[in-house]
Formats: sequence, C-alpha cells, structure tokens
Amino acid sequence: MKDQILMGINGDEASAYATKQVNPDVVAAYPITPQTIIVEKYSEYVADGEVDTEYVAVESEHSALSSCVGAAAAGARAFTATAANGLALMWEITYIASSLRLPIVMAIANRALSGPINIHNDHSDTMGARDCGWIQIYCENSQEVYDASLAAWRIAEHLDVQLPVMVCLDGFTLSHTMENVMTLPDEVVKEFVGEREFITVKGHAGETEFRLNPEVPLTMGPLDLQDYYFEHKMQQVEAMEQALKAIPEIDAEYAKISGRKYELLHPYMMEDAEVALIGIGSTMGTVRYVVDQLRSEGVKAGLIKMRVFRPFPVEALIETVGDLPVLGILDKAASFGAPGGPLYEEVKTVFYDEDQRPLIKDFIYGLGGRDASPDLIRGMYEDLLEARKKGKISEKVSFVGVRQ
Amino acid sequence: MSEQKPGWRELPKGAVSTKSSTEYETGDWGVEKPEIDYEKCTKCMFCHYFCPEGAIHVREDGYTEVDLRFCKGCGICAEECPVKCIAMVRKK
Repeated sequence: MKDQILMGINGDEASAYATKQVNPDVVAAYPITPQTIIVEKYSEYVADGEVDTEYVAVESEHSALSSCVGAAAAGARAFTATAANGLALMWEITYIASSLRLPIVMAIANRALSGPINIHNDHSDTMGARDCGWIQIYCENSQEVYDASLAAWRIAEHLDVQLPVMVCLDGFTLSHTMENVMTLPDEVVKEFVGEREFITVKGHAGETEFRLNPEVPLTMGPLDLQDYYFEHKMQQVEAMEQALKAIPEIDAEYAKISGRKYELLHPYMMEDAEVALIGIGSTMGTVRYVVDQLRSEGVKAGLIKMRVFRPFPVEALIETVGDLPVLGILDKAASFGAPGGPLYEEVKTVFYDEDQRPLIKDFIYGLGGRDASPDLIRGMYEDLLEARKKGKISEKVSFVGVRQ
Repeated sequence: MSEQKPGWRELPKGAVSTKSSTEYETGDWGVEKPEIDYEKCTKCMFCHYFCPEGAIHVREDGYTEVDLRFCKGCGICAEECPVKCIAMVRKK
C-alpha cells in the first residue's frame, strides 16, 4: 500500500481531482448545478497547465457528450460530467456512446429532474438512464467518488467490457459537502490507470485497432437495420455480463494500492440479520447509523449498499440476502405508473425464482432532496419488523416522508 | 434471406461496418433514372457536384456519366441542370 495524502474536499472536487490525476485527453462539459464544481475545478487545472487535456467548452450537454463520442472514437480518453436536465439533454447520445462501445467516463451529481425545477438530490436522472447501456457506480461518500473516478477508466477500457461508465454522486449531500478524502500520489494513479488499450476489429479496410485512423479507415455505427441491429445489441448484453466479472478484478487491484476494497454490493451486519434495507448512495451512511442504534437495542438489523447498479449483481444479491426474512428497498426515484420504484422492481424480479426469498417492500423516499432522517429510516425498519410479525406486506409500496 | 450473415459473436464490436459502401449497390432503389442529352450538355459539371450519392462521374472528355449501380433516381441532377439536358425516365 502506498503513502496517501489526506485532502479536505467535497465530492465534486474529489471527482475533478481524480480526473486531473488521470489526465484524460479530452474533457467536454457544460456546467449544471450541482455538478458545476467539477467542470470549474477542471477548467482551472487546464488554465494552470496542470493537465494536458483539451478542454472543449460546449454550448450544451448534447454537444458535450457528442464531443466525447468523437474524441473517444478517435482513440482519446474522454471525460464529461453532468446532472439531471443535462443528462436528459444527453439522452440520445448516451445510447450512441454505449452502442459504439466507447469507454467514456462521466460523473453525475444526481439531481431531481424538472419539473417543477429542483436542484436537490434524488436518483430520477440516472434511474431514468438505466437502460442506456452505461455502467453505473453509485457512491456513498467523497472517498468513494475519488476511488470510483479512478477505477471507472479501468472498467470502461477493460478489453472484455468497452463500455462507458457513469460515476454517480448525490447532489449537494456529496457534491458540495467537504469530507476527508485519502488520495493516491500522482505516479501511483498513473501506473494504475495506464494507457488506454484498444480491441482489434475487422472493418472494411481490414484488421485494425478500434479507433479512427485515416491509414486504415473504419465506419462506426452506420445504418443498422433489421439484419444487424439485434446482433449489436447482443454484444452490449454480453459486455455487461463481462463487466460483472471485470469490476471485482479491478477492485481487487485497486485495493492493493489503496487499501480500500470495493464490492459490487456492500453488506453490513447481514450475517445474522432478521431485517434489512437495501439502497443506493449517500443515504446508506444514515442507514448504517440507524442499524448501529437498532443493534445496540438488540434488534438484528442489517443493510446492503448497492454500489454497482448496472450491471445488476444478481448472484451477489442472492448470496448476500441468504435467508433474510424481510427486506426493504430504498428507492430515491419514482417510476410513475409502475408497480414500484426501479430498485424494487429489479430486486423482486431477482427473487421471484428463488425458493428462499424475503418479504419485500418498497420505500420511495427523498424525492427532490426531501431529508431522509434517522427517524424516517427507523420507521422503515419498524414497518418491516411489523410485516415480519404478520408474515405479509400489507402495503407493497410506501411513499415515506411526504405530507398527506 | 439467402445470404448467410455472421452471428453476434463474429461481428466486430462497436457496430463497425464490415463492408465498404462501394460494395453496397443502391441502384435498384429508384423508379426513374437520369438520361443525359450530350447534344445539349455544356460540361458545367453541376450534376456531378449536386449528386448526393457521388454517382455522377466526370469522364476524360469532360462530360459527366451516371453510375447506375449507385444512382437512387432522386432527380436532383435533372432539377439542377442549367441547360435542362437531363431527363428522368421511368425504368422498364
């Protein structure tokens, strides 16, 4: 393990600092609250000559991601960052980046989607983008933002993966809150991320590295109708399966240099748990505090923090849940007209075929940045314990923390 | 489908084309085709520049010629020709 430097920085700065150490070839971004600090900070690094990056000041997020697509296709390492409505404006290009298998890294400071306009945190932006073919890593604190912002490049560029990655950090709760972050020396980061590697493809002009090169021209993603589109989608399906194998390998390698070991999902007090909540992002810190309280009162509570949501770690989830009798889902996004929140639907789908499965209940909370206090979370555990006593869930989806 | 196409495991990633566009003949798409009246043609080459398919070439003698393997019959050449020497005729 290498000597590390302790910094007092917020989540956005952690993202910018990690990216500065990676020194990507191109950063194209448009500022939007609460991601703004990332691009401001990064443009300072560029102005001060601390990086070699070509900084493209674009006129919209659609152009930001389009620039990254062009840069990554040409063989560059390309980074961007956005939030909420900015991600919505990128929508079209998110699918193009993933289907063209371009290993772009994008930080998202999660924010509620308009309307009505709201700048605070929930997961409606990235949950809406969960089918666009990007890997999604969610962070609990600024340390995780820093670490994920380094590992993301290795995951994205892994030769069996070749997919873009979103590093998601909760707006304001993480993006604007200063925390202690342990950072690696520049040379250690440089060695860990290395240089971008390329797969070999056979284009119309013969075999070549997968990047635009006038000597051996390639056409990426032209008109692809009934006869080829499905096959290209299958390749994306397979890439996600490969990512599920590649992420733990890269995390293990990262643990060696940093001492911080990440998992697809992080269980806490789950070995003998009789009640648990599973959720995403910064709220899980508060949930851990409540679990500790409940444990001190003799309640066998646990939690599962989901770090990687795409690809969805099905096997790891089944194994972690084990014979847990009751599981609550924390959804910080509503899916209007759906049977429940996005995480709830996927967790329930996973357990449908299992002989041993917990009672499952959805808690939709925190929309538009509504506070998720320890009391609110304690109420969820009490609700789940009550359900366990009755042996059934009376209300499958509860909206908690909303005025009646 | 008479032609056997490769499966997803064989295809290059990133939706990379395996064929050049010159191997993809679109000449049978059109209902009409252009016919150039070389008596009236002034070798201005407008049709060559306006053709969206690059299917009109300039010959050594300076006259233009339509490559019917790629012409989609859009009629832009006939529309743009300043001396109206191109007629769109129905294919038989």
